[in-house]
Amino acid sequence: MSNGRFGEHGGQYIPETLMNAVIELEEAYEKFKNDPEFNRELETLFNEYANRPSRLYYAEKMTKDLGGAKIYLKREDLNHTGAHKINNVLGQALLAKKMGKTRLIAETGAGQHGVATATAAALMNMECVVYMGEEDTKRQALNVYRMRLLGAEVIPVTTGTATLKDAVSEAMREWTSRIADTHYCLGSVMGPHPFPTIVRDFQAVISKEIKEQILEKEGRLPDAVLACVGGGSNAIGTFYHFIDDKDVRLIGCEAAGRGVDTFETAATIATGRLGIFHGMKSYFCQDEFGQIAPVYSISAGLDYPGIGPEHAYLHDTGRAEYVPVTDEEAVQAFEYLAKTEGIIPAIESAHAISYAMKLAPKMDKDKIIVITVSGRGDKDCAAIARYRGEDLHE
Amino acid sequence: MSNIKKAFENGKAFIPFITCGDPDLETTGEAIREMVKNGADLIELGIPFSDPTAEGPVIQGANLRALQGGINTDMIFEFVKDLRKDISVPMVFMTYANVVYSYGAEKFISTCAEIGIDGLILPDLPFEEKGEFIDICHKYDVDLISFIAPTSEDRISMIAKEAEGFLYIVSSLGVTGVRSEITTDLPSIIKVVRENTDIPCAIGFGISTPEQAKKMADISDGAIVGSMIIKMLEKLGKEAPPVIGEYVKEVKEALRR
Repeated sequence: MSNGRFGEHGGQYIPETLMNAVIELEEAYEKFKNDPEFNRELETLFNEYANRPSRLYYAEKMTKDLGGAKIYLKREDLNHTGAHKINNVLGQALLAKKMGKTRLIAETGAGQHGVATATAAALMNMECVVYMGEEDTKRQALNVYRMRLLGAEVIPVTTGTATLKDAVSEAMREWTSRIADTHYCLGSVMGPHPFPTIVRDFQAVISKEIKEQILEKEGRLPDAVLACVGGGSNAIGTFYHFIDDKDVRLIGCEAAGRGVDTFETAATIATGRLGIFHGMKSYFCQDEFGQIAPVYSISAGLDYPGIGPEHAYLHDTGRAEYVPVTDEEAVQAFEYLAKTEGIIPAIESAHAISYAMKLAPKMDKDKIIVITVSGRGDKDCAAIARYRGEDLHE
Repeated sequence: MSNIKKAFENGKAFIPFITCGDPDLETTGEAIREMVKNGADLIELGIPFSDPTAEGPVIQGANLRALQGGINTDMIFEFVKDLRKDISVPMVFMTYANVVYSYGAEKFISTCAEIGIDGLILPDLPFEEKGEFIDICHKYDVDLISFIAPTSEDRISMIAKEAEGFLYIVSSLGVTGVRSEITTDLPSIIKVVRENTDIPCAIGFGISTPEQAKKMADISDGAIVGSMIIKMLEKLGKEAPPVIGEYVKEVKEALRR
């Protein structure tokens, strides 16, 4: 069995043209990941530039309103650029720079990863090209403008469903044509090895901080941590340092779209099966002949037909639980958190909020749950208004 | 010894590619008969995939048209079985790992053997991952074709040593598609290949004109053409087969010169 496996998942199912590029990346990462200088630079970027550590906020009103477990929110929405994506991007951009690369390419769904990549490229003086499904450029027009403002070129992808999976395919195609000076800054814990490991390691700062913060505030570990899952980067970041703490439930919230019993869903664990796509073996939404399904979710960031290989493994072993949350439930949670706590979460993160709203009341008051608010919801306001029938355009 | 060897016994081999079911299987069948009649030595049959990440826009379009026409793997197996009644040139499938994996690798590969498919080309299955299918391929005598790319460098000898059927040499960086110029130092790559294996090697990606094919075949054992043929299907649809036949004839004549 090849490199980069999580159980049977993972691997490197990519064209031969890219093999030396991922090998070069793995070697560079192995060299720098324990390099004190690299880690000092990254920590400075995290703290001084990206506003880390992010707050662990006790959501008192939400806790009281739901009447069960004590709820904490991990505020990744307060990071610079408004989402957890910046953690991974700063790490990868710094690594790429050390490798002598001068150009970053990236895929983006909701636009948060694209914005983060454009930001890092501006900061580090690198060229940046972002591939974004044409459908998503419409859903997230503001983020397209932000990327351009930051100096990136945004290329709308019109193939397939014109969403995140097609943006990934197009970024991969572009990478095969230009490798020498270009780093593919993949945005989630997916794709060929070593990406799932690299992205996880840079996002693991989320659970590292949660652990320190909750121990300080409560003197004990939480009973459950929750995060939304598309490819799964904020979720793996939220889970990682709790994987060995068997008493902490790890709960990933998938986008069920219009429901897991419809075709308009993106809930991979609930509806997918084992397959090989985008460089990895994992679970994918697909038909009986292995054609990748045109998935759907109101959330452009979760609108992906697969899930990262480490999540597939955590599902297989039963260590983590994955639950589907529909568009309607997510929108209700989006509105609920805004009204209850004065925090507008990204529609992606609202999937995790929604499940917490079901879970918390069933738990005793001495229990603690932590929900990662992976991003802020300003980008979603127009789309949610339209979902509610208001004729609002940006 | 696999049937693929025969493709390289009549001088330089010409290997045309076609996507099954673009625009329909009847047209694919006619086009293949035209190819064979006009001297094609090996046919590369594409099984369409929803997200062909190694393809440029032209072959992506063929995949999409075929899938929209309702084609599936079972229909293609039936089609090949029928084709084998009168077509004897070696044929290989080109598709993506998930199409094989999802069907059930053993069921897929044993069916290939049964219907007379000689090899499998899977662009998203590099050397490191061939363990996924190689034992089953050996069991049923279906060659798993390996790729060598312009970026392979120190990997060439490793790949060549274990190569089966023929080696697919990728002419240029990037995805499939017509190119006006190929700038990779292919003779150096082929020199390393020759030091490590006797398996024939054919060059593909970016070849369109008979002159380009001749140039590529001169430094290797054959030329693979895909996008150029798909363009004819894109433009002419059901009327494409005789035009494809004419083109194959021109290329094969160039290779004989």
